[in-house]
Amino acid sequence: MENYRLELKNVSKYFGEVKALENINLQLGQNEIVGLLGDNGAGKSTLIKIITGYHQPSSGEIYFNGNKVENLTVPKARKLGVETVYQERALAELQTLWRNIFLGREICNSLGFLDIQRMKDETHYLMTQSMGFTSHAVSPDSRVGKYSGGEKQGVAIVRALFFEADIIVLDEPTMGLSLKEAAKLISFVRGIKEAGKSAIFIDHNIFHVYDVADRVVVIDRGKVAGEFLTKNIGLNELMEKMVRVAESGSLD
Amino acid sequence: MASQTDSSLPAPAPHYKVPFNLRRFIRMNSAQIGILGVFIVLWLIFIISAPNTFLSPQIYSAFMTSTPFFAIMAIPLTVIVIAKEMDLSFPSITAMGMVAFSFVYNGTAMLGDTTLSTTARVGVAILAALITGTIIGWINGIIVVKIGIPSLVVTIGTQFFWRGAVLVLTSGTNFPLEYIKKTFFYPLFVGKIGGFLPMQMIWLIIITVAVWALLNRHRFGAHIYLTGDNINSAELMGVNTGRTRIQAFMLVGGVSAFAGLIASFYIAYFWPNMGSGYLLNTLAAVFLGGTSVFGGTGTILGTFLGTFIIGSIDAATVAVGLTGFLTQLIYGFIIVLSVIMHSYLRKRGE
Repeated sequence: MENYRLELKNVSKYFGEVKALENINLQLGQNEIVGLLGDNGAGKSTLIKIITGYHQPSSGEIYFNGNKVENLTVPKARKLGVETVYQERALAELQTLWRNIFLGREICNSLGFLDIQRMKDETHYLMTQSMGFTSHAVSPDSRVGKYSGGEKQGVAIVRALFFEADIIVLDEPTMGLSLKEAAKLISFVRGIKEAGKSAIFIDHNIFHVYDVADRVVVIDRGKVAGEFLTKNIGLNELMEKMVRVAESGSLD
Repeated sequence: MASQTDSSLPAPAPHYKVPFNLRRFIRMNSAQIGILGVFIVLWLIFIISAPNTFLSPQIYSAFMTSTPFFAIMAIPLTVIVIAKEMDLSFPSITAMGMVAFSFVYNGTAMLGDTTLSTTARVGVAILAALITGTIIGWINGIIVVKIGIPSLVVTIGTQFFWRGAVLVLTSGTNFPLEYIKKTFFYPLFVGKIGGFLPMQMIWLIIITVAVWALLNRHRFGAHIYLTGDNINSAELMGVNTGRTRIQAFMLVGGVSAFAGLIASFYIAYFWPNMGSGYLLNTLAAVFLGGTSVFGGTGTILGTFLGTFIIGSIDAATVAVGLTGFLTQLIYGFIIVLSVIMHSYLRKRGE
């Protein structure tokens, strides 16, 4: 039997008295796109931050390719192939583009001194090849704070792609994007699937998620309320269920 | 760490070289060019109003003698401010380092006081001072990072605490350090090369270059800028912001103890209030140099120029023929104007 690329078993997370997540079971197959849906405060972002190692679960187990992983941290998750495009984009806006692309994993020698030329070279290559930035304002030495919303999102996505991840986590990536930019993003998510990788895609916009996901997992009040293969459920039916969950906490 | 990042990297990208563009260069370095402008304009004003003083080398020798005492501390303090933290305890650290110095020196009295043994005792005592400063910085960092109290508040507290410790441990007395003059540490720290260039200036330059390299060419510095700019982003992307900030506090602590050694070696004397007059000068130099109190931006070169602007105003006011009562007024005027300039340049730069 083929292992799941990522599996969470009975994961719970408490912040003091607050139960953010309760006994979450979630699987992500090899080359599968899973959409996470849920209302504000349902626990989607907390779940993501557990997968990326930012939060540690209060209880439960995490498996990568069938192997149990203890004490997951951000660097450890990265080594296991998890890359994230965060809702808040995780950019340092006063810093230059190359510093943002290599944020947290600067290329350096054994003494910790930076290989700045190499990082600028890579950034320039990515900009022209993957991001499609042609604007004069965008160079490896320009400050990210000056970019448009779409350009900033582009930086966050290209950063996730550059490091050859197996699992790409997208946390509300279309937020604040224009229609055109959002369409570009969706085609990018399809590209992840074609490249044989997996993704977890979180969005408020049910249309975006339904469009690209193989499977949709609905989260409500910190629990998995249900999951559906998109090929087995119509968009209208899914929407009705979503509204019902938000109102009553139950799918039916 | 390095090998781990390298293994996940694809093949190197083709080499990329930007054509030099003067306008972009000015925009990218506007803060440093701005403070350099202030520096040169003030200097020209000094030369024009008091040519006899400012065209003779003695005044520069004097500046290079007195400015490094606080400039040495302004350099690592810039790192702390870029990381969006603050340290007000460094003046007390200078004194506490010297207390450790004299305790170790007195505690090794059994070694006698021949030239050789005095040198060994002073060497160990210097080490003790540097370690003490670094540990105090580490304590500051631990309280800020692990307990989560704003560093401004913590270091107001530790500044009083360590000054108090100095007063208790020395019973508030001054004491001479004549014995250091027997050792080579004396000329090494505060000697004068050719009767003109003070060694403390050489040390200032060494510390400036070292901290500049750390800040601009090392992962530590990259993480300092990222932490100060947006601590949430830095943490999400796996930067250990706690460790980075603790290291920055340790840097301030260690270097402040070193500044204390320089200042007390210079007059071969210890006084328990040493350093307390440097608090505002040092901070003013950092902000004058264009480092933002909001974190994420700032340069070592700016601070370096800032310290010499601050360090020259006193002497210049008198040399120009103005009354000494005017110095503080001029200080305030230049600081406020420069900070306004930096704020304007930052808005335009974005």
